[in-house]
Amino acid sequence: MTDTSHGTGGLTFDKTKRSWPNELNILFALFVIIAIFEVLGQVLPYMNDQSFLFDTRDRFDSIFNEARLKIIILQVAIIGIIALGVTQVIITAGIDLSSGPLVAATAMIAMSFGQTELVNGFANPKALFGPWAMDLPVIVPVVVGLAFGACIGAINGTFIAYMRIPPFIATLGMFLICRGIALWWSGGNPISFPTESFKFIGSGMMPVVWFLSLAVVFHVIMRYTVYGKHTYAIGSNEEAARMSGINVKRHKVTVYVIASMLAAFAGVVLAAKSETAQAGMGEFYELFAIAMAVIGGISLQGGRGSIIGTVLGAMVLGVIRSGFTYIKLDGSYQLMAMGSIIIAAILFDQYRQRNRA
Amino acid sequence: MSDIILKTENLTKHYGGVHALVDANFEMKKGEHVAIMGDNGAGKSTFVRQITGVEQRTSGKVSLYGDEVHFAGPLDAREAGIETVFQTLALADDLDVPDNLFLGREKTKFDWLGPFRFLDYKAMRQATMEGLERTGVKIPNIRNTIQNMSGGQRQCVAIARTATFASRLTIMDEPTAALGVQETAQVENIIRTLKEAGEPLILVSHNMRQVFDLVDRIVVFRRGRICANLDIKSGDYTGEDVVSYITGAKTGAEYEGVA
Repeated sequence: MTDTSHGTGGLTFDKTKRSWPNELNILFALFVIIAIFEVLGQVLPYMNDQSFLFDTRDRFDSIFNEARLKIIILQVAIIGIIALGVTQVIITAGIDLSSGPLVAATAMIAMSFGQTELVNGFANPKALFGPWAMDLPVIVPVVVGLAFGACIGAINGTFIAYMRIPPFIATLGMFLICRGIALWWSGGNPISFPTESFKFIGSGMMPVVWFLSLAVVFHVIMRYTVYGKHTYAIGSNEEAARMSGINVKRHKVTVYVIASMLAAFAGVVLAAKSETAQAGMGEFYELFAIAMAVIGGISLQGGRGSIIGTVLGAMVLGVIRSGFTYIKLDGSYQLMAMGSIIIAAILFDQYRQRNRA
Repeated sequence: MSDIILKTENLTKHYGGVHALVDANFEMKKGEHVAIMGDNGAGKSTFVRQITGVEQRTSGKVSLYGDEVHFAGPLDAREAGIETVFQTLALADDLDVPDNLFLGREKTKFDWLGPFRFLDYKAMRQATMEGLERTGVKIPNIRNTIQNMSGGQRQCVAIARTATFASRLTIMDEPTAALGVQETAQVENIIRTLKEAGEPLILVSHNMRQVFDLVDRIVVFRRGRICANLDIKSGDYTGEDVVSYITGAKTGAEYEGVA
């Protein structure tokens, strides 16, 4: 007991105990994967005069192949929006399998309020409702879509928190229900020809704008607000959270509502981007969203993970997908590689956890 | 008299048909440190859970500083000034020291944002350091997450949590049960610090030496009932006496016939 009270100060960091943030590992992995594709592009005999992300042949204004980078982010942006919500759910030690079909159902529902009455001077051939639902202001399909998502999330959360149904089962049920809703909504017919303002939500780089701005918002929320802290606390030790006076049940419902609203918003953006909505949309999106979070270093036991990690995880998936196309390998290899990377991410995380203890 | 800070009258708890706690009449005075002893299943933890609002009592009265209280949950008890270190530590492993200290009662900014109000990390770190200093708890780095800490450090964090908030009553449920010698000494020092500061404490413990070292009075539970109330500062009682009360070889005069 000779040391002074300075020993308790947060100012003196015990450097040996301070762990390297996992996000840096993922960033490092991302660069390694980019480098591998870059090298492959140089050495593979059939790759004449192309580069992956870094232009070595002075064909662009900058050394960066911006076009490919944009495509990469664009490809992961919509699933990335779902992953932002799934990240929060998994941090509470839950899981959400219903997000893919929810994307489809929301796309159908939102699109049916976002249609335009006249297509090239003729009546909209895919019109679902009468003239009353045509050419509505863009706010209507967006609000209807988000409200639908909020309802689904509230149902998920209520079953999980208040009726103690395991999250896997509750959201698996909702997975089927939402796919059913998507098919039932228009009797299986696609809904197309949205208004110009609705199209704008998903046009060009807009999905990326949504993804990155939502990522920033939720990074701040998870890191700096009471909501975020309680989410981590519940996933870390639910009993402790309860004893500390956190309303665990209500908080879980909130988390599932937010996650489903993000998935619903992804559905709105996807419909706007595709300019059509079909019941089969969003297939496997829930699994890719979970994969992004997992590659991003989340723990399925809860309590650990971050929005930054998930964004990086999304980038890793995007780079691999784009890289395989770049070196002209078949889509089947892509799936095998992505699967391997997900398992590798888990193995690495376990190794890291063991070394820490 | 407001000299009595905690009083229970006929406090009873049944779990279905199991009578875990029957007619517990308990009193403690300002600044007093009281130990609760008893065999496993004697009702010690049940007693603590009724006072701290973790469970709802079947019947009986609890008064704090003369006012009868009904706690709907642990947060209610905490707001009334009862701070508890539970047997299960109730810490979130993935969070750091200030996060755990302030869990459920964070210092915040921009409160109009509702659930999305911002955490005032700086104020919480400051209060944490003050709390640690007051209790003499030494933790090398408060930004460390709990999972990276030893059992003793974890226990110290749990105890510092009670000390950081100026509490009217501290309850510790077997705070040293899982600790090594040195860590136990540290926790005992914290308890002495609380004693000097005049903070009342209820200590649930199995450790006879510790109890005789630290507290003024021992209350023994047996089969859900209080069976002895021993003022050990008088020097009239030895460890052996206490053991015979715990095992049932003896029963306190005023409790004759109840257990």
